[in-house]
Amino acid sequence: MASLKVPATVPSPSEDAEQLRKAFEGWGTNEGLIISILGHRSAAQRRAIRQAYRQSYNEELLKALDGEISGDFERAVLLWTLDPAERDAWLANEAVRKWRPENRVLIEIACARSSGELFAVRQAYHARFKRSLEEDVAAHTTGDFRKLLVPLVSAYRYEGEEINLTLAKSEARMLHEKISDKAYNHEELIRILTTRSKAQLIKTFNHYNDEFGKPVNKDLKSDPKDDFLAALRATIRCICCPERYFEKVIRLAINGLGTDENALTRVITIRAEVDLKVIAEVYQKRNSMPLERAIKGDTSGDYEAMLLALLGLEA
Amino acid sequence: MALPLVTEECEAVIRAFSGLGGLGVDEKALVSALGKWRRQPEKRAQLRKSFVGFFTADGSFERCEDDYIRYLKNEFARFKNIMVLWAMHPWERDARWVHHVLHKPLPLDIIVEIACTRSSEELLGARKAYHALFHHSLEEDVAYHVRENYSNLLVRLVSAYRYEGNRINKEMATSEAEALYSAIKTPGVKKLVENEEVIRILTTRSKPHLRVTFKHYKEKYGKSIEEHLGDELCLRETVQCLDSPPKYFSKVINKALKDGADKNTKDALTRVIVSRADVDMKEIKEAYHQQYGAELEDVISKNTLGSYRDALLSLAGQ
Repeated sequence: MASLKVPATVPSPSEDAEQLRKAFEGWGTNEGLIISILGHRSAAQRRAIRQAYRQSYNEELLKALDGEISGDFERAVLLWTLDPAERDAWLANEAVRKWRPENRVLIEIACARSSGELFAVRQAYHARFKRSLEEDVAAHTTGDFRKLLVPLVSAYRYEGEEINLTLAKSEARMLHEKISDKAYNHEELIRILTTRSKAQLIKTFNHYNDEFGKPVNKDLKSDPKDDFLAALRATIRCICCPERYFEKVIRLAINGLGTDENALTRVITIRAEVDLKVIAEVYQKRNSMPLERAIKGDTSGDYEAMLLALLGLEA
Repeated sequence: MALPLVTEECEAVIRAFSGLGGLGVDEKALVSALGKWRRQPEKRAQLRKSFVGFFTADGSFERCEDDYIRYLKNEFARFKNIMVLWAMHPWERDARWVHHVLHKPLPLDIIVEIACTRSSEELLGARKAYHALFHHSLEEDVAYHVRENYSNLLVRLVSAYRYEGNRINKEMATSEAEALYSAIKTPGVKKLVENEEVIRILTTRSKPHLRVTFKHYKEKYGKSIEEHLGDELCLRETVQCLDSPPKYFSKVINKALKDGADKNTKDALTRVIVSRADVDMKEIKEAYHQQYGAELEDVISKNTLGSYRDALLSLAGQ
């Protein structure tokens, strides 16, 4: 369930655009006003506001914001205001340019989206970066990671519920065989993970657990330091249980010393309109603390206020 | 045994049945023969004696060869096939062609053709249609059913969503031409068709970019990349389809019209004309003329029969 709260009646996009303009005028910026408007509008409404702003003031709203706010708050507002597909394209491009083996963003985008949504990201990527997503991923990654990531971002998985039990059994066995041989980059393993439908894969993993007594991710933990294994595990988790996957990302971002603001911002902005409410519930169950309290404890100021707004809470 | 004298009349009917080569069936000529030879069973008997390959002597009568009956079924169906394909949505056509070659022992060049000559949106459409028709994704079936060393190349080709704008990075095109040359000239452990860099470049770069890359390749190394690819058939076809679909298609058509072409090669004529009639038929005709010195419409006219011929000419015409 989405966590975003939109008021029952909403001003017209040009009224919102005018209010936002007022928030920048003169000295200083009225961050609270920015949050109270943008933090409570759906993707369609935000798009309309951007268009109205462009028409009224001959300037891009996001460019104007860029000049007025900064830091983690700016990143959160910027990412939030973009369309979901544009946002993912932006994050994907950042991940590709700053590619590191521990980076999971591409896997999240490829696997925790529907086939249609992933294709929308590829279209947005063309429009914004004048190259294809897969071309950039292929050019900036190497070896096993390229072998996994290029097919992942190029997939257009069948979205139906039909599954083939015989195939699930045989592919579970194939996975087990390759994993036991430590042939983690084997093309059969990659083929199964990157082309089968999600319904088929979930059945396959269930069968894996039934037949071999351990969930497939447990068997992929043989070397905790191996980034490729972590990438495979992330792939499987994003396909099977995205809420639990994202809860973990948030948990690692805020628990312990310091905060990974980029990760926190990413999860909150991309899931606020999808299932952030569920993720927050999972968080609470696992950490015996409401997510809002953890965020309040780890962040401050306008950045905190923005995150809480997206969580559906009044600041 | 002296060969039976084949009268002109018989030869005409034999030809109409798609004997003596030719694609399709001359329906009009056959209907006219029905009328002309009424109450003249001896004419039909003579036909049976003269039609070598279709009828063979078997004791006291001439029986049909089973192979020829099958062959004839195909030839009669050529017109029906072209009409059905013409009416179908292009996405469904492409999806069905891919599915067909994956599930029968047939050459897979159709997959390269579709992946590389369709626009990015058309390829996406074919993938959508594949979901709807076959309850699998196109790439999943290609990955599962193709087990040869070019499997990965094919999966990457059908999964591409190439950028379609004209923006090109000249330095990148240059360096990738060099990378391709290096991959071709340096024998590795794996076959060239499995080379990661070759696959990356050919399956992810935009078509305008690749055309510049191929052009630079020829300028720098004196030969086109196709020539250097030698007998790497899959890679050659990929390059041809990406570089110039009209040239590629005119080659396919030429093969289909040659004597002794097998069923698949012949079926390609229908496939090309139907799928390209609304796209680049004009360019294909120009390419055909350039390569073979003949007008495509003349060649089609000479080598095909009946309603099938009429349909082809309608589609290939202005």
